[in-house]
Amino acid sequence: MSTTVLSVRDLRVRIRRRDIVRGVSLDVAREQTLGVVGESGSGKSMTVLAATGLLDAPGAVVGGSSALGGVGDSPPTQLVGASARTLRRVHGGRIGFVFQDPGTSLNPLLTLERQITESLQAHRNMTRRQARVRALELLEAVRLPEPESRLAGYPHQLSGGQRQRVMIAIALACDPELLIADEPTTSLDVTTQAQIIALVRDLQRDFGTAVVWISHDLGVIGQVADAVTVLHDGEAVEQAPISEVFEKPRHPYTRQLLEARPQIGGDGPPAVADDAPVLLRVAGLTSAERRVEDVSFQIRRASTLALVGESGSGKSSVAETLTGLLEPDAGTATLGDADVFGVRGAGEKALRRRISLVLQDPFTSLDPRMRIGTAVGEPLVVHRLAAGRRGRRERVAGLLEMVGLPADLASAYPHELSGGQRQRVSIARALAVEPDLMILDESTASLDVSVQERVLDLLLGLQRDLGLTYLFIAHDLAVVRRMSHDVVVMRDGEVVEYRPAGELFAAPEQEYTRALLAAVPPELPRCPT
Amino acid sequence: MTKVSAALLAVIGIVAITADWLAPYGVNDIDVAGALQPPSGSHLLGTDELGRDIATRVLVATQASLQIAVAAVAFAFVVGVTAGVVAGYLGGWTDAVLMRVVDVMFAFPVLLLALAIVAVLAPGTTTTILAIGIVYTPIFARVARASTLSVRVEPYVQVSRTLGTGRIHILGRHILPNIAGPVIVQTSLSLAFAILSEAALSFLGLGIQPPEPSWGRMLFDAQGFMHRAWWMSVFPGAAIFVTVLAFNLFGDGLRDVLDPKQRTVTAARKNQ
Amino acid sequence: MTLVKTVLGHPVLRFLARRVLYSLVVLFGVLVLVFALVHLVPGDPVRIALGTRYTPEAYDALRSESGLDRPLVAQFFSYAGSAATGDLGVSFRNGDPVTLTLADRLPATLSLAAVGILIALVISLPAGIWAGLRRGRLADAIVRVCSQFGVSVPDFWMGILLIGLFASTLGWLPTSGYAPLAANPGGWLRHVILPGVTVGVVAAAIMTRYVRAAVLDVASMAYVRTAKSKGLPPRVVTLRHIVRNALVPVLTITGIQLATILGGVIVVEVVFAWPGLGRLVYQAVATRDYPVIQGAVLLIATMFLLINLAVDMLYAMVDPRIRLS
Repeated sequence: MSTTVLSVRDLRVRIRRRDIVRGVSLDVAREQTLGVVGESGSGKSMTVLAATGLLDAPGAVVGGSSALGGVGDSPPTQLVGASARTLRRVHGGRIGFVFQDPGTSLNPLLTLERQITESLQAHRNMTRRQARVRALELLEAVRLPEPESRLAGYPHQLSGGQRQRVMIAIALACDPELLIADEPTTSLDVTTQAQIIALVRDLQRDFGTAVVWISHDLGVIGQVADAVTVLHDGEAVEQAPISEVFEKPRHPYTRQLLEARPQIGGDGPPAVADDAPVLLRVAGLTSAERRVEDVSFQIRRASTLALVGESGSGKSSVAETLTGLLEPDAGTATLGDADVFGVRGAGEKALRRRISLVLQDPFTSLDPRMRIGTAVGEPLVVHRLAAGRRGRRERVAGLLEMVGLPADLASAYPHELSGGQRQRVSIARALAVEPDLMILDESTASLDVSVQERVLDLLLGLQRDLGLTYLFIAHDLAVVRRMSHDVVVMRDGEVVEYRPAGELFAAPEQEYTRALLAAVPPELPRCPT
Repeated sequence: MTKVSAALLAVIGIVAITADWLAPYGVNDIDVAGALQPPSGSHLLGTDELGRDIATRVLVATQASLQIAVAAVAFAFVVGVTAGVVAGYLGGWTDAVLMRVVDVMFAFPVLLLALAIVAVLAPGTTTTILAIGIVYTPIFARVARASTLSVRVEPYVQVSRTLGTGRIHILGRHILPNIAGPVIVQTSLSLAFAILSEAALSFLGLGIQPPEPSWGRMLFDAQGFMHRAWWMSVFPGAAIFVTVLAFNLFGDGLRDVLDPKQRTVTAARKNQ
Repeated sequence: MTLVKTVLGHPVLRFLARRVLYSLVVLFGVLVLVFALVHLVPGDPVRIALGTRYTPEAYDALRSESGLDRPLVAQFFSYAGSAATGDLGVSFRNGDPVTLTLADRLPATLSLAAVGILIALVISLPAGIWAGLRRGRLADAIVRVCSQFGVSVPDFWMGILLIGLFASTLGWLPTSGYAPLAANPGGWLRHVILPGVTVGVVAAAIMTRYVRAAVLDVASMAYVRTAKSKGLPPRVVTLRHIVRNALVPVLTITGIQLATILGGVIVVEVVFAWPGLGRLVYQAVATRDYPVIQGAVLLIATMFLLINLAVDMLYAMVDPRIRLS
């Protein structure tokens, strides 16, 4: 029998006449993890922050009830509308928080020891010395290497994963009943993510803490949660134990989310003839400043080669050499029969036409002061590809249509479009030059999963219809499975494995590749303990 | 707030242009008998030690001050923004050299440098314009350069480059429109400071030269009569205050609209 | 060699060495500019300096005494050389060594600058922090309006009004003059109040805006949210997390402002007949006393650079990211 730690009933949040959260109810019990899942704008963070009294938005009105379970004989504490004093006692003392961005969530000027001991001193009335001992225990519990020496150190001396461990230590310092984790692994590499997931699970088992884990990633939720609440547009559309949600989803939105996830075990793209000519040949690519060492691969025409790796692997640097943003120190690359490196003058301009680029962030990929039509039409102007204004406008309309956008969007500004729409515009712009090769650098990584699915469909469709060749750079192996014919795995600037996708996913040869694949959250959720 | 200050600026501008018609008396109509008269029906702001109508002199001085401020800031804008954009966009040696020059100029407090320049050339309206213009050039260069640098590394500029867009095209279509915001804000603020600087120079007798009226010089003359004729020191000072305040408020309002990121301290370090 | 090795090995020393080198380069540029002052003057500086006292003998004497008959580059290095050893030439007006005159006037300006920056800090730190923490509320609006007013007020006008009110009308304080601190502390205080307030209030208005901006910046950082989520008492969050982190950029601002005050006191010194460097420069400009102008400008610019350098050093000591990279 488990006791309810947090009981939320009909929670409502309204900000300046807009209802963000519309009557959400949920329960979390001791030793249990509740996964709160939703895409951007679903209100998942706001729901949990409002339920725990940490919401800090100006003009926000919170209604409903959120009761933190009573300890022993004492009655539960109502958190909605609670006094600041009550909330201060609860925050850190009975509820611990871990947030998304480990890079900025720790005070750069304070030692790690201070940042852990200050909540011990505030809630547990410990002396400095007692608190220090406890802080050391906590750092050991979160498996931080060399905890003694780290105590006197500062956040900037740690990696992202290590900082997140420290955040967890801080959150659990006063042995709270409830731990709130808001997208804690979203900014981390997939291998680090797996470690943090395992850590939280073990700590939960050891301390009996209830956990609320917020994420947009169903795969992660599948690994951590015992029960799931799916949020859409401020409402809880589905609430069930984990296996039910994954195997027998009831709400159409949940089904949509589940189906939109690309799977490692799923299908790849339509096959490409084995004797298709090679379009791009890269040999011995080396750059000292970016730590890229001897990278070689080939891409067949109308196929997709994926460049996979974690942060620091050098995959984006490879793309930069191909687009002229970075001069390699050694190596050759040929597109068809033309040289790619070291080209200047008129030849360079012609080459730029043949390779185009789509970047990751839809918000900074478009000039905020330029209309969509002008942005998409810019390459047409630069390379004189359309006859006059009229011709340009027609071409732009055609391109927008090709990426599934209405032609009248041409007169809009980027801030009027959603993230998915902006990425489509970037793709349209990349298509404007009629390129031979398109480089997609994490182009769907910042999109919601359902939006991502549609954009990936679009890309596959374009490849099929126009015979486009893609260099697909990603860290998400499931997406890579869906899109690629061949895969290059990079680590620390070197090629670790280079094989056709089917072979690589079925039987990876290298240890590192195996570790990467193992770290990917599987399709089916783990069995709850 | 922006609208109010804009309206105020419009009024001041109109006053500047029509001062000669608005003025009830001549600028140098001396009337020793009527000297040091407090504000009254015939002399709205009183008279000075030579019996001259203060209201007239304040109004006409508006013209001179605004003229100098606008001309000086125009100079600083053209030279500074060009230098800043070139330095930021081209980088390398050009950037290093231009910025060292800017740094040297920044090592001098504003008024000191202006005084030094005035010391070299004889005092007068043209010299004042040149002195203030030269002194304010570095800050335009810094603001323009900082903005150019940050726009230059934006992904949309990178993508444009990879698509083969030429440097001039990128400069004109991406860089300039996106640096316009901070630069315009700086223009408004510099206008405010230019008026203060001109007033200070005129106060010291090194700006607008008598018999041309100037707010600063009027304050200097007022010093000897502080307890006898408070109106001599209050009104010209108030004129400076109101004009500078209007430009400052307008610039602040613009900043909220155009470039909220400018408020950080790192910007302050670079902008002095 | 080992000194160089030690410096290169330690990140803080490396940072400082870079800044010192850079300052020297700028100082060189300053020297060139200052030197060029005299030679940019249209017409003959010696003749202008002599003015009505012109006689062919006096002209020749002053000319060769000032070394103006030698080639330009030689003159520059000679000037630079003497400047390094503390010899800045003699005044055109009264023949006094410039260095002595500067040394004589420096304490007064330093007094004024110190009092000014102190008043500025006392006003701007609490006001800026208070406004930053209460963004959008009445307190914030009041502070912002006040600082807008303060920034727009000409400092010499404020000085005149203050004299008019407190000295001429009420007679509480003297209208002008100076008394050295060591000799007469009471008198020093009475004389320094009005000019100090004039300088301080305007500087406070400028600094308040930057302090507020720094606090706003820091308050929106993720680590402040973390601090609040720990349920720390609000005073701890404010002081240990917000203010402490905002003080780092505020340090920079204070340094810049102090340096600006050194050049900006000119007009205030004139209004209060304060015997400092500023008033000296003004008098020298009015009489075309070029060696004095050069010397004073060089001194002020050098102090400017030194203050910036000191701020950099403090920065390196306070921010662990620089100290321990």
